Amino acid sequence: MQPLIAPPRLVATRAVASKAAPAPARAEAKAEAPRRDPAPSRAAYRWHRLWLTPLFRTLMRVGLPAFVIVMGLGLYLGNADRRAALTGHFTDLRAALEQRPEFMVSLMSIDGATPALADAIRKVAAVPLPKSSFDIDLLALRDRIATLDAVATADVRVKSGGVLQIRITERVPAVVLRKPDALELLDASGHRVALVLARADRPDLPLLAGDGAAKAVPEALQIIAAAGPLVPRLRGLVRMGDRRWDIVLDRDQRILLPATDPVKALERILALDKAENLLARDILTVDLRLQERPVLRLAPNALREMRRANGIETVESSL
Amino acid sequence: MTDLYQSQRAMRNMRRAAMQRGVIAILDVGSSKIACLILRFDGAAKLREVDGVGPMAGQSSFRVIGAATTRSRGVNFGEITVMNETERAIRTAVQAAQKMANVRVDHVIACFSGAEPRSYGLAGEWDLQDSVVTEQDVARVLSACDVPDIGSGREVLHAQPVNFALDHRSGLGDPRGQIGNRLACDMHMLSVDASVVQNLLYCIKRCDLELAGIASSAYVSGISSLVEDEQELGAACIDMGGGTTGVSVFMKKHMIFADSVRMGGDHVTSDISKGLSVPLAVAERIKTKHGGVQATGMDDRDMIETGGDSGDWEKDRRQVSRTELIGIMRPRVEEILEEARARLDAAGFEHLPSQQIVLTGGASQIPGLDGLAARILGQRVRLGRPLRVQGLPQAVTGPAFSSAVGLCLFAAHPQDEWWDFDIPAERYPARSLKRALKWFKDNW
Repeated sequence: MQPLIAPPRLVATRAVASKAAPAPARAEAKAEAPRRDPAPSRAAYRWHRLWLTPLFRTLMRVGLPAFVIVMGLGLYLGNADRRAALTGHFTDLRAALEQRPEFMVSLMSIDGATPALADAIRKVAAVPLPKSSFDIDLLALRDRIATLDAVATADVRVKSGGVLQIRITERVPAVVLRKPDALELLDASGHRVALVLARADRPDLPLLAGDGAAKAVPEALQIIAAAGPLVPRLRGLVRMGDRRWDIVLDRDQRILLPATDPVKALERILALDKAENLLARDILTVDLRLQERPVLRLAPNALREMRRANGIETVESSL
Repeated sequence: MTDLYQSQRAMRNMRRAAMQRGVIAILDVGSSKIACLILRFDGAAKLREVDGVGPMAGQSSFRVIGAATTRSRGVNFGEITVMNETERAIRTAVQAAQKMANVRVDHVIACFSGAEPRSYGLAGEWDLQDSVVTEQDVARVLSACDVPDIGSGREVLHAQPVNFALDHRSGLGDPRGQIGNRLACDMHMLSVDASVVQNLLYCIKRCDLELAGIASSAYVSGISSLVEDEQELGAACIDMGGGTTGVSVFMKKHMIFADSVRMGGDHVTSDISKGLSVPLAVAERIKTKHGGVQATGMDDRDMIETGGDSGDWEKDRRQVSRTELIGIMRPRVEEILEEARARLDAAGFEHLPSQQIVLTGGASQIPGLDGLAARILGQRVRLGRPLRVQGLPQAVTGPAFSSAVGLCLFAAHPQDEWWDFDIPAERYPARSLKRALKWFKDNW
């Protein structure tokens, strides 16, 4: 029946035998799991179509998450206690961070100030140390320090290592200003530096007086610089009518300078002095207010002597 | 009849809405597969300069953006027999196509092959009031066609004006504006079984889709697989599908006859299954892999393993020669072709100037079919593939998809149908008088 060239029967029988046993089980499995229907269910189909609707899609992808986030936040923050707890938590966190030793300032160093000024600065700065560097308002501190008269510029910074460094440039007093009630030191720009009790405290500085003298300090310094040979005789400068300067020399001599170009006028009188030895004579004032007509006023004795020498008889008077 | 006129007009309006939205689905409900294509209309409407009267002539360019095919279920002879199964299959196809296109479609144009289509040629005449033909006159001459009794339970699927004649000048495509006294028209009407259309409508409605048009698959596969000169000079398209074989005859770019043979590739498969006593799936595989209709000397030695899972060694190791297979397939294919020949003869196909016959459809892929068909149908037989359409995936360019592709063309460039024209004015008065009366009653 079976041709010889056919594959051996053994294979077939084995196949049959092996298939015979699990056959019922397989049949059951087939009955239990029918072939899956490739068709989408009605609901899945509708959902897919709905999902392809552009409006619905954007609503679900943008609108819904936005709504959930806003709603959740609104619900959570609707309660005042929770809000307070949240802000309290954040402030605590912030404070904890600020109070870390890395940010603490424990030392104040003041450079470039005299001890008395340093004390004054410490008093004005009023920074209780140690303090967190976040709590120190450096700009306000600098402004406060700058209100001190003796301070020209203040440079405030927090250095590493918790040091608050204040670098001060002091105002250098250039003149002494005599006011009706006090003596003040002024710097070259006319800013007040300090009070002095007596003129003798600062004999090295020139003395100024008169109304508005403080405003014209640079001019006064120019005049003093130009007054080279007169300096040993110089007693001070007086501002007249807030307009022009008088140079007061010893022996109550005065040089009345014009409101404009006082230095030039001074140089002129110096030249005259050098040539004629003018100021050594018995002269009360040299009036240079009118440039084209300088006027000398002689002392009374000198005047009398001059008149006598000229043969002019006068009534005895102070004129 | 007026009912159908209204519903067809509603479908046209729906289609216009879909065109404006820019996306429409094409659904080919066949006996062996259901194909769904999704079209996107882009660009302005390019007016074709071909003959066309109605407002739907010449629509726009389109692109296929989604395509899906699924095995058909519950469809026999191109008619829906199990509604649930068919609905599921339609859902599968539509969902897959939507997924590919990534758009949602709401409007669908469907075609089906069954429902016993019957062709009628109608003729109508109309005396023109003034000598110039207007659109109203076209509508009147169309409605003047005397409609034969198409039988109870049947509906008109297509009613297309094929030819206009003005006095003694015939062969006019667009008679509007021409001068004459008497306008005559020939109309081709295709009627189908109403219940089949109802079933299809129901299935599509169950899938949440709106039907925007309906066509016979014999007609649309003719549109896609006949080239322009064949359509112009006269040709027949034989669409060999799974359950039915559609026959359509074209002349002057209009369908003038359509019919269907209720036999197709599935019958060949079942013959193989019975003849070789193998399951249908195996028979289908053997048919597509080894099938043929022309036996050669080589075929005797070409042994085909039928296989099997019965556990019986003798049965599972059976082999058949290809000759046997061809011996089973050939009579059935011959029968189908002879039946198609009989339909063509009944339609008077031999009187056409050109007698080109184009075979298309899935069953036309049997090797050697053109030789066999030439013996039965005449020498001018060729195998047709559908027209190339922009964006069509490679997988759906085969002859099995000629009706789906034709439906795309039908959607983009619909031919004028009777319902594209307005109802002639003299039919109005009764209704508008009634309306006026109602308005009076409502308001006074």
